[in-house]
Amino acid sequence: MGAMKFTKDHEYVRVEGDVATFGITDYAQGQLGDVVFVEVPKVGASLKQGAEAAVVESVKAASEVYAPVSGEVVESNSALEASPATVNEDPEGQGWFGKIRLTNTSELDALMSEADYKAYLSTL
Amino acid sequence: MLNRQGRPTTPQSGASDTHETFTGNKALQQIEPLIFEIGSTDQTGVDIDPPAAYRKRLGTFERKAAMGLPGLSEPETMRHYVRLSQKNYGIDSGLFPLGSCTMKHNPRLNEKMARLPGFADVHPLQPQSTVQGALELMDTLAHWLVTLTGMDAVAMSPKAGAHGELCGLMAIKAAIAARGEADTRKVVLVPDSAHGTNPATAALIHFDVRSVPVREDGTVDPKVVAALAGPDTAAIMLTNPNTCGLFEKDVVAIAEAVHKAGGYFYADGANFNAIVGKARPGDLGVDAMHINLHKTFSTPHGGGGPGSGPVVLSERLAPFAPVPFIRKTEEGLQLVEDDAEATKHGAHPFGRMTAFHGQMGMYVRALSYMLSHGADGLKQASEDAVLNANYIRVGLADLMSLPFGNKPCMHEVLFDDAWLKETGISTLDFAKAMIDEGYHPMTVYFPLVVHGAMLIEPTESESRASLDLFIATLRDLAMAAKRGDTARFTGAPYHAPLRRLDETRAARSPVLKWTPPQPILEAAE
Repeated sequence: MGAMKFTKDHEYVRVEGDVATFGITDYAQGQLGDVVFVEVPKVGASLKQGAEAAVVESVKAASEVYAPVSGEVVESNSALEASPATVNEDPEGQGWFGKIRLTNTSELDALMSEADYKAYLSTL
Repeated sequence: MLNRQGRPTTPQSGASDTHETFTGNKALQQIEPLIFEIGSTDQTGVDIDPPAAYRKRLGTFERKAAMGLPGLSEPETMRHYVRLSQKNYGIDSGLFPLGSCTMKHNPRLNEKMARLPGFADVHPLQPQSTVQGALELMDTLAHWLVTLTGMDAVAMSPKAGAHGELCGLMAIKAAIAARGEADTRKVVLVPDSAHGTNPATAALIHFDVRSVPVREDGTVDPKVVAALAGPDTAAIMLTNPNTCGLFEKDVVAIAEAVHKAGGYFYADGANFNAIVGKARPGDLGVDAMHINLHKTFSTPHGGGGPGSGPVVLSERLAPFAPVPFIRKTEEGLQLVEDDAEATKHGAHPFGRMTAFHGQMGMYVRALSYMLSHGADGLKQASEDAVLNANYIRVGLADLMSLPFGNKPCMHEVLFDDAWLKETGISTLDFAKAMIDEGYHPMTVYFPLVVHGAMLIEPTESESRASLDLFIATLRDLAMAAKRGDTARFTGAPYHAPLRRLDETRAARSPVLKWTPPQPILEAAE
C-alpha cells in the first residue's frame, strides 16, 4: 500500500502508481458524526485540486469534500451511496470516495505526511 | 409535604419519577397516537343520510375504493389536536432562545387587527375597487419597509426568507441579463458563516457558489472579497450582523469591492432585528435584502403561522421586481398583475413569485407591530434585543467559552464547546438537558465555522427576571457538567415524552409514507 498524504480539510490520498485513492480521514468522520448520505464523484470527471469532488452529509451537517489532487476520476466507490455508514466504520479503507489519475504529481508535495497531519490534529 | 389526609402534595414528596402508570400516560402528559391509528376508517363523526337516487356523472373518475380517512367524532378530534398542541413548545410557553430565528413575542394586538373582517374576509379574486383598504395597508407597509431599510422599492409577495432570497437573486440575474452579461457573471460569493439557504438559493438558479473564508475574528475581510470578486461575479450574499452574532464592521468596504467588480450585494435580512432604526442597509451599499416579517416584525412562525419575506431593492434592481406590485392612479390603488401592464409603466419584471399578492394576514400583523411601536419603539426593540444578548453573554462568559473572545455581540451570542472538552458531554447533550429544565434549546452546531456552536438569541421580549432565571439555569447546568454530573446530560432528556430519537436511522432509511396496518386496510375495503 502506498503512503498516505493529507490535506488541512481532512481528506487523505493514498498513491499507487499514478492513481490516488481519496476519502475523508478518521478524524473527519468523527467530527461529522453518523454519515447518512454520500455523493461520490462521477467517473470520467476531471477534478482540479481544491475543487468540490464529493458531498458528505451527516446528522449534523452537509459538507463538501475537496479534491486533494488534480486529475481524472477513474473509479468511484458507488457502494457508499447505499451504505454511507462505511465512511464511519472504515473511512481510510472501505470508505474511500474515488480514485483519481494524477495529472500533476508535484501537487503531492504540498500535502501533509501522516506525522505532519497528526501534529496538525493536535493543534485543533 | 403531606396534606391533612397524609397524601403527598408536591411531586417531590413521592417517588413520582419512577412511578409507572398502567396507560403509560403521566397525568396531563399523554401518549398520543397518529390520528389514523385512533380513527377507524369505517366510522364517521357525522351521520349523513344516504343520498337519494342520483345520476352518476363522474364516469370513469368515480372512486373505486374508500379513501381511508380516519373517522372521529368532534370531541375526539378536538382532544387529539389539543393533546398534540400540549406537546408543543412555543414562544407562548417560554423563552425560545433559537439563534438566528428571532423567536419574539407575537403581540395579541396583531391578532386582533388581522381578524378584522375587512382584512380577514377578503378574497384575492375580488375586484380591486372593493379591496382598496387592503391595498392601502400593503402600500403603507411597503412604505415603512423601504423607509426603514433606506432602499428604493420592495417586492412584497415572497412568502419566506429563502423565497425572498430567490426573489432577490432572480432580480440580480435579470439585471445581469439586461446588461448582456448572463453568460459571464455566474459566481455568487458566500461567506463560511452564511445561512445554509444562501448557497442553496444561489445553486438553485444555476449560479456557481464560491466560499469566502471568515477571518480569525469571525467577520469577513474586504480584501479577501476583493481578491475573489471579478468579472465573473454576480453577487455576494452576506448576513449582517452575521451568524456569529457579530456586526460586519467592514460591510461598506465589502459592498464597494463587489460593486467595483460589477456585482451586486444581497443581504440576508434574517438578523435585521439587531439594527432596525439604527442602521439602514441602503446606506451600507445593499442592493437587495429580504425582511423576515415573521422574525423582525413579530408575526408568528415555527409552526405558528406562514412566513413572509418581502424583498427591498436598490434603484439598480427595482425595475426588475416581480409582479404584482402596487401603483397609485387617479382612481385609487392598482395591483399591477401582468407583465404587459407592468411594461407600460416602465418596469421589467423578471416574472412572478406567487399566485397572488402574498401573505395578507402577515402584512396586517407586521404593520400593526410597526404602528403600535412607532419609530422610537422599533429602535428601542433593536437596542433591547442587543442588550439582552449581551446580558446573557456576560452572565455566562466565566463558565462557557466564546470563540471570538468576550467582546460585545449583537442580538445573539455565540458560544462554542471548548469549555466542555474533557467532560464527555457534547453540545447536543447540553441542549437535551435544557429540555429537562423546561427550555427550548438554543441553535446548535450552527454556524459551522465554530466547533460545537451554541447560538443564543433571547430577543427583546424577555424581561430581566426571565433572563436571570435562564442564566441561572444554564449556570447550574454548566457547573454540573464541569463537576462530572455526566449522566444528567448523556441521559437527557429524562422528562420528555420521548428520549433520544435515532436520527441516523431516520436519515439513512427514512419512512416517508404512512402505511396503514392490515386491519385498517381490510376495514376500508
